[in-house]
Amino acid sequence: MHLEPIYSLAPLLVFAPLTGLLLNLLFGRRWSETVVGAVASLASGVTFVVSVLLTYALAAGGGETVRAPLAQWIHVGSLQLDWTFRVDSLSTTMMLVVSGVGTLIHIYAIGYMREDVRFKHQEGRFARFFIFLNLFIAAMMILVSGDSYLTLFVGWEGVGLCSFLLIGFWFEMDTLGRPSWANSDAAKKAFVANRIGDFGFLIAAFLMFWNFGSLQFDDVFLGASSLSAINSPLTVAITLFLLLGVAGKSAQIPLYVWLPDAMAGPTPVSALIHAATMVTAGVYLVARSAPMYAAAPAAQYLVAMTGAVTALFAATIAVGQYDIKKVLAYSTVSQLGFMVAAVGMGAYVAGMFHLVTHAFFKALLFLSAGSVILGLERGHHHLAHAHHEVKKSKKKEVKSHEEHEETFDPGDMRNMGGLRSSMPVTFWLYIVGALALAGIFPFAGFWSKDEILLDARLHFPAVYWLLTIAAFFTAFYMGRQIWMVFFGKSRTEAAARAEESPKVMTVPLMVLAALSVLGGGLNLPFKGFHQLGHWLEYTLGKIEFPPFDLTVAGVSTLLALTAIFISWLLYGRTPLEAGQPDPLKKPLGFLFTGMENKWFVDEGYFAVIINPFKKLSQFLADIIDWRFWHDFVHDTVILGTYNWLSAIALDRYADQKGIDAFANWLGAATRWISQTIRKAQNGFVRSYALAVTLGVVVILGYLILK
Amino acid sequence: MISVNYYVILSAILFAIGALGVLIRRNPLIIFMSIELMLNAANLAFVAFGRSWEIAKGEAFFNGQIFVFFVIAVAAAEVAVGLALIVEIFKTKKNINIDEMNTLKG
Amino acid sequence: MEFLLQPLTLLTFFPLVGALAILFLKSEWKNAIRWVALVTTLLTFGLSLWALTMFDSTNPNLQLGKPYSWIQVAGWDIQYYLAVDGLSILLVLLTGLLTPISILSTWTAVEDRVKDFMVFFLLLEVGMMGVFLAQDLFLFYIFWEFTLVPMYFLIGLWGGPRRIYAAVKFFLYTMAGSILMLLAILWLGIEGKTFSVPQLIAQGGIPANIQMWLFIAFAAAFAIKVPMFPLHSWLPDAHVEAPTAGSVILAGVLLKMGTYGFLRFNLPLFPEATVQAAPWIALLATIGIIYGAAVSYAQADVKKLVAYSSVSHLGFVMLGLFALNAQGVTGAILQMVNHGVSTGALFLLVGMVYEQTHTREIKVYGGLWKLMPVFGSIMLISALSSMGLPGLNGFVGEFTILLGAFGSKAIGSPWYAGVSAVGVILAAVYILYMFQKMFLGPAGEVAKEHELKDLNWREILTVAPLLVLMFWIGLYPAPFINLIAPAVEKLVIGY
Repeated sequence: MHLEPIYSLAPLLVFAPLTGLLLNLLFGRRWSETVVGAVASLASGVTFVVSVLLTYALAAGGGETVRAPLAQWIHVGSLQLDWTFRVDSLSTTMMLVVSGVGTLIHIYAIGYMREDVRFKHQEGRFARFFIFLNLFIAAMMILVSGDSYLTLFVGWEGVGLCSFLLIGFWFEMDTLGRPSWANSDAAKKAFVANRIGDFGFLIAAFLMFWNFGSLQFDDVFLGASSLSAINSPLTVAITLFLLLGVAGKSAQIPLYVWLPDAMAGPTPVSALIHAATMVTAGVYLVARSAPMYAAAPAAQYLVAMTGAVTALFAATIAVGQYDIKKVLAYSTVSQLGFMVAAVGMGAYVAGMFHLVTHAFFKALLFLSAGSVILGLERGHHHLAHAHHEVKKSKKKEVKSHEEHEETFDPGDMRNMGGLRSSMPVTFWLYIVGALALAGIFPFAGFWSKDEILLDARLHFPAVYWLLTIAAFFTAFYMGRQIWMVFFGKSRTEAAARAEESPKVMTVPLMVLAALSVLGGGLNLPFKGFHQLGHWLEYTLGKIEFPPFDLTVAGVSTLLALTAIFISWLLYGRTPLEAGQPDPLKKPLGFLFTGMENKWFVDEGYFAVIINPFKKLSQFLADIIDWRFWHDFVHDTVILGTYNWLSAIALDRYADQKGIDAFANWLGAATRWISQTIRKAQNGFVRSYALAVTLGVVVILGYLILK
Repeated sequence: MISVNYYVILSAILFAIGALGVLIRRNPLIIFMSIELMLNAANLAFVAFGRSWEIAKGEAFFNGQIFVFFVIAVAAAEVAVGLALIVEIFKTKKNINIDEMNTLKG
Repeated sequence: MEFLLQPLTLLTFFPLVGALAILFLKSEWKNAIRWVALVTTLLTFGLSLWALTMFDSTNPNLQLGKPYSWIQVAGWDIQYYLAVDGLSILLVLLTGLLTPISILSTWTAVEDRVKDFMVFFLLLEVGMMGVFLAQDLFLFYIFWEFTLVPMYFLIGLWGGPRRIYAAVKFFLYTMAGSILMLLAILWLGIEGKTFSVPQLIAQGGIPANIQMWLFIAFAAAFAIKVPMFPLHSWLPDAHVEAPTAGSVILAGVLLKMGTYGFLRFNLPLFPEATVQAAPWIALLATIGIIYGAAVSYAQADVKKLVAYSSVSHLGFVMLGLFALNAQGVTGAILQMVNHGVSTGALFLLVGMVYEQTHTREIKVYGGLWKLMPVFGSIMLISALSSMGLPGLNGFVGEFTILLGAFGSKAIGSPWYAGVSAVGVILAAVYILYMFQKMFLGPAGEVAKEHELKDLNWREILTVAPLLVLMFWIGLYPAPFINLIAPAVEKLVIGY
């Protein structure tokens, strides 16, 4: 197979970040923080450059899918798996997003982690963060560039591992820095939830292999399309098992519960992994498996409904959250629901489009939230020092803060307020992200969300309504957040003393903000545009673009504006005072309690699955395996029977009374005989010699006289 | 030419002296010497009989003489072991009186 | 005496040279004894690599040895026949690698009666090599039983508080199974007029009903060794009481003797019985996978946790073997190696921290990754390899096994593989539980009582080869699979 030389760069997608990882692993402890961060960012940057080059080459080559082989992997019998890079318009789109946003976040993280490690008094852990971050980029590149379901799966689980490592980055504490198991619990939860999804993925892979004879994408799709029946049980089964994988990775119902907890990771991680890239892998998987889903409309419907329900469900929870990152986390779950719904409906372009714009504005929001949190942390830090000096004189006044001192939560929006003036850059960046997320014209989110709604309106009315309501909630909780964080008066002294973040953090944010504003230009819904759509056509085949519908756009924009207005009424007009409950609490009653407590899903899982499993495992281990099988059957029954047999039956009766008695008699007899004869042995050599002489004389005498 | 009978009688006398020595004396060293005497009495008989056999046949066989070499070698080995034993016994008991050594008594 | 110079004879009996040399050293010269043992086992590993260079991986048949007449009595023909093929070459190499690693791990851990320890260890290696190389049933049986003796003493003399109980249990349990196998071996030898395995396979023609009895008799010995659910009761005792090096060899090699026995004898000798038994073995394997994983999760003792995880992992191996197709069997052989590497590494690492703290209770640990960063990272990689993370060795084995079992005609239903795949989730549950409670979270009691030191260079060197293998097999298993493939093709072609 002839390959353009440019495609031999493809392995660099993985090897560049791996090189960065290795360098930091070997020298990270000796290098300064700036060098460590620069090396990691550079490694990620190289990946971005390679992605750009590959995209250009692909475009120049007419969009024809290119497969760049690297090495053979598992060849057993008819199972032929290779390390091959697949470069097509879908994978390059993902590459660009992952490496582009990834590099920006690397740079941001240099500034963020420098302060974070100091607030947590763990300066030595700086390099480790970038090692994990580079590992993540490598794994993500394997995921998006894999040429078979199994190489995709390597990246799929690899990013799951990085997610585990990075959520548990501060593994010895909770989000407030107190010694605790909380962060590591969150990490474990993420990994296990992902594994449940991976189980579905594996079963799907088995079904594919035994029915289509391969796991390579083209072969599988060929096999799927050659099946004559629509909705054959086989394709439905495969696609539904894949859906389980999607639900795990992209945090859909019923496996979404890990994502909000994943906010325990440092904020750049939340932005990179749990908002912009990794969690969208499920969306990518469905888009990648488009031919398979096309053969199973029943599964498509289920996927779309899963996405839509998740979108609405998570949006309601986001309304009741107080943690700045938790709001964004549920928002991410909700937006992922939008994407999954889109790709489920077969609107792959809309789904991918939203994936791209969401990566921009959600990364922007998370990173800005990180900036806010650090700003508060800085304020709190100054405060702690100030308190230290004036402890005695002002004791009474700051009593409430003193109590809070140990447990001050810089991520709690109730501790914020009025940050607009102290952190102006962050404020404006946040506004851009929020407007994009809320879907306000002309920000990126408007265009992409609109396209999803348009497709839903045409094909799946139920999905359309669910998503529209979710969009309303989206605008509402973003409005609530903005008012609570940036407007009104500071509710704590830390917020009052908050400080703006340094350039190394804000500059990447500005780039992301620009992308969030202009991102809609990627795929404008007018004739002659649809650039992203046409680009993806190379991979997905001919796509119908529905004409721009002013009603859909109008309704969603109107709803968004209404939602923002309501949020202003509730949170903006009369800002929240310190200690005052949420104004929604009273009118909504138990509904708000449900939102606040995430509808008690975690508690439900604990009651229904986790605790029973723990009990079962404890029961199996202690009762069945140990007390019954080990102690009772083996030690008591088998060993006891043997002991009884040998001690009582055989030993006491057969042996002692029978064999022993005879043997003892034999011994006694011998003893008696020897007792009698032994007297001859007196021990004197000369008496023996005399006996010998006498013996000789007797024998000789006998011989002579014979 | 001395008849072989004289040699044999001498040998018998030497052997009897040796045997009496072993039975009567209590010092193990002297017992050893007596044993040597008995062995050499046997040697003398070997050589004497061997020589007379050769004369009768008119040929040289050296059978008796060869036996003597064996006996001498065995005697030397026996002395080596025996003396070592005696030395060890003396070291532990500070005494080599043969009548004191009855630990093998049954 | 030509047979003495055969490469495989040299390989098998070379450790005896070291054992003999150690007998001439004074017991007080502990370091000299250790060095002699280490060098001997390293040279043995070198010999196994030498055998590898002569091994023709395209040839599916037995190689590098030929039969010599040994005992001929009353029409029996017992041969001295050592040879290797694709089914066993990797296990020979694994044995060669794990033995010096285990010896290196005892450097400071074993201070008591070093001389005896090393002699037993070298004898053990002779037995293990012999088991994997013997192609005559009689010779195989001798080696098989011979491995019991040194292991008995290793557990019984250098073990934990309940070592005598564990050692006796280990010995008797294994003996009980072996007796049945001995009867079956005698039947085969008398009826077939030969004990040579290739000859017996070539003769074939054992009536189906007798095949089943013979199959069961062999299976009894092997299933106990594996150990298959529900015959696993000796394993936690033996593992918990055995010294670190003993656990490594026990998990790494001795358990593989059971699965290898199925592969070498049951599958080719009793093909009809194998097909009949496949669904039942698959059922037990599946139960073992889930049961082992669930029980593992509830353990308070980390060594016990790893021991039960072995029940789960070897369930995968059994499932793969009785899938009776190329994917399943290849995966199973690869997984034998993988389990030796990953679980071996886990036992080594647990032993290293035990040496400092003298406790194996999971809950008194915590936050070790912060206190011992290198140790934590190595443990993480080993744990991930054990739970089958793609890119590391465990995944390649587990995936091919499950894939093979899923579409296996012999097993007959994808349900076994489907349920077993749940074991992959449970593996994550118990391994991550162990890793979290020991290495993450705030520092535990142990950290307050002991001044914990990170791994030293010797310890890193001990696990380093295993780490290399984890990545190698995970990322580029082709060299390993190529060694196995022709022999496996030949084996499964009849099914």
